[in-house]
Amino acid sequence: MTTLSPSAAGALPPAAPTRPQVRPPSLLVASGIVVRRNLIHIKRMPELLLDVTIQPVMFVLLFAYVFGGSIAVAGSSYREFLVPGIMVQTIVFSSFIVAIGLTNDLEKGIVDRFRSLPISRAAVLVGRSVSSLIHSSIGITVMALTGLLIGWRIRDGVLDAVAAFGLILLFGFGMIWVGITVGSWLRSVEAVNGFMFTVMFPLTFVANTFAPTQNMPHWLRVVAEWNPVSALTQATRQLWGNAPAAGSDAAWPLQHAPMMAVAWALLVTVVFAPLALAAFARRSRD
Amino acid sequence: MTDHPAVEAVDLVKHFGATVAVDGVSFSVPRGTVLGLLGPNGAGKTTTVRMLTTLSPPTSGTARVAGHDVRTEAAAVRRAMGLTGQAATVDELLTGRENLWLIGRLSGLSRRAVRPLGDDLLERFSLSDAADRVVKTYSGGMRRRLDLAVSLIASPSVLFLDEPTTGLDPRSRIDLWEVLRGLVRDGTTLLLTTQYLEEADQLCDDIVVIDHGRVLASGTPTQLKDQAGRASVVVTVSDPGRLDEAELLMRDCFAEVYVEPAARKLTAQARGLADVATIGQRFVAADIGVDDLGLARPSLDDVFLNLTGHRAEPDGPEPEADDDPDHQLEGAAR
Ligand SMILES: Nc1ncnc2c1ncn2[C@@H]1O[C@H](COP(=O)(O)OP(=O)(O)OP(=O)(O)O)[C@@H](O)[C@H]1O
Ligand SMILES: [Mg+2]
Repeated sequence: MTTLSPSAAGALPPAAPTRPQVRPPSLLVASGIVVRRNLIHIKRMPELLLDVTIQPVMFVLLFAYVFGGSIAVAGSSYREFLVPGIMVQTIVFSSFIVAIGLTNDLEKGIVDRFRSLPISRAAVLVGRSVSSLIHSSIGITVMALTGLLIGWRIRDGVLDAVAAFGLILLFGFGMIWVGITVGSWLRSVEAVNGFMFTVMFPLTFVANTFAPTQNMPHWLRVVAEWNPVSALTQATRQLWGNAPAAGSDAAWPLQHAPMMAVAWALLVTVVFAPLALAAFARRSRD
Repeated sequence: MTDHPAVEAVDLVKHFGATVAVDGVSFSVPRGTVLGLLGPNGAGKTTTVRMLTTLSPPTSGTARVAGHDVRTEAAAVRRAMGLTGQAATVDELLTGRENLWLIGRLSGLSRRAVRPLGDDLLERFSLSDAADRVVKTYSGGMRRRLDLAVSLIASPSVLFLDEPTTGLDPRSRIDLWEVLRGLVRDGTTLLLTTQYLEEADQLCDDIVVIDHGRVLASGTPTQLKDQAGRASVVVTVSDPGRLDEAELLMRDCFAEVYVEPAARKLTAQARGLADVATIGQRFVAADIGVDDLGLARPSLDDVFLNLTGHRAEPDGPEPEADDDPDHQLEGAAR
């Protein structure tokens, strides 16, 4: 079809006779192309990565050196306690990344452009999700390296360590649906920013991420310990050997942290995946 | 292949809540022809295009593109068509070449095919030099051209262009028209929306004028102009002092003469080209100097403004309901 057609300068190459062969790509191929496009964005604007690099590193340093001295942690050093917390915060914020990316594409008409092509509508979402997970994984890696520098260690077996990273990614998968829901529902990047900051900061702070829950007022402690973020944080700490299992005075989810981390991730997915698909379909309809 | 039109809209309606954006639009575009959807802001052009391109489901009515129903066979429609939306939808962080790669690959071109086709389009749209620059650095016109190039990457048989030349300078506009003519020569069907009458006149085989979501008129550019009335003889005298004299002179020949003193202009409805010669001789004989004398055919502007009523004041005698086209004056306009 398009074997040899050196473009003769000036001349209009006939479109009809040499109409190239087109075979609409499968969902997998289309998603891969979208992922590649999203990664080019990161390459062009490395500052997009600030949210998973400089920012959390700054958090680590702030907490470790400024507040660290005054936060007592049972059974381990504060720094060792802190690093898993920051990693969990990073993965929770992956919903933020998805939402911003999606809203941007919706606002700029890119989603409409994609929808006019012979590809599955899901390709935009799958591509966005995968690239956001890659984005967050870069952050997790940076956190792990920073952690190693300031004294965080993986103290248990390799299998447990891998399981902890697996839990983080699984949770990230759930958070992506939250991001798609928010990104489809809110109509501008500014709105997404405002909303996500308001929701994500309490969600990641009213938890055991940066300080133990034991010293919180009772009602807050209950809220914090039932916060899905806490179960995930506790689970990773346990699996990496950074903290002992939760005591019997902790809320039930914390006492069964690894299992509950999985359960919360699945629950978030089950609740938000249909919401996300509906919101996206509604947003990209008219 | 069967003998279906490239695009067929039947009684398309679109409501947005209480807003009726499109209110029963029907037309048909034969293959290999160009249809212009002409209408003022808010007429429903974009909404119509979005329904035809599967982006927005019609509230009622049906449409077929390349023989496929836009509602039930969206995938087949998408395979056959290309779309350039009203707002440029190129990816700002990608280079021109990467944009072509992205849409080309997603349209189903093979990795091998997409590169030469992209290079060729960059060349055709004079973007070769900027091919590897990030689109963010492009000028508005360059973006617009890239947007168009991108919609052509998979050589769609039906191409929808929503105000394709908005924001282009006159030179780029004419270049683009040339490209579009080339596409039509090669068998592509075009549906374009525009607010520029000249553009519709230049490019379109048929024009559908819409406003408030309704079709006001349709036909070839010539038919529409005939509908708007006959040509007129227009004389601009040099000396405003002799306007009265000139008017009397014109009244000898025409039943009705319309005078615009400020413009020193006299207008009368013409019966034919001979009128121009007669009037010319008379002015010479009477020794009344003229700046301009000629035949003015109603422009599509007149048609458009007549139909949509969006012009504040007419600047000539509005031809009344007199529509026998007993003479064709193509090309005689001054
Ligand atoms: N998504 C939407 N929600 C609500 N109203 C809409 C929507 N899209 C269009 N409209 C309304 O429908 C009408 C037609 O709009 P449309 O964009 O089709 O006009 P247009 O002819 O393309 O105008 P323009 O020349 O300004 O582009 C307008 O009154 C517009 O406000
Ligand atoms: Mg429009």
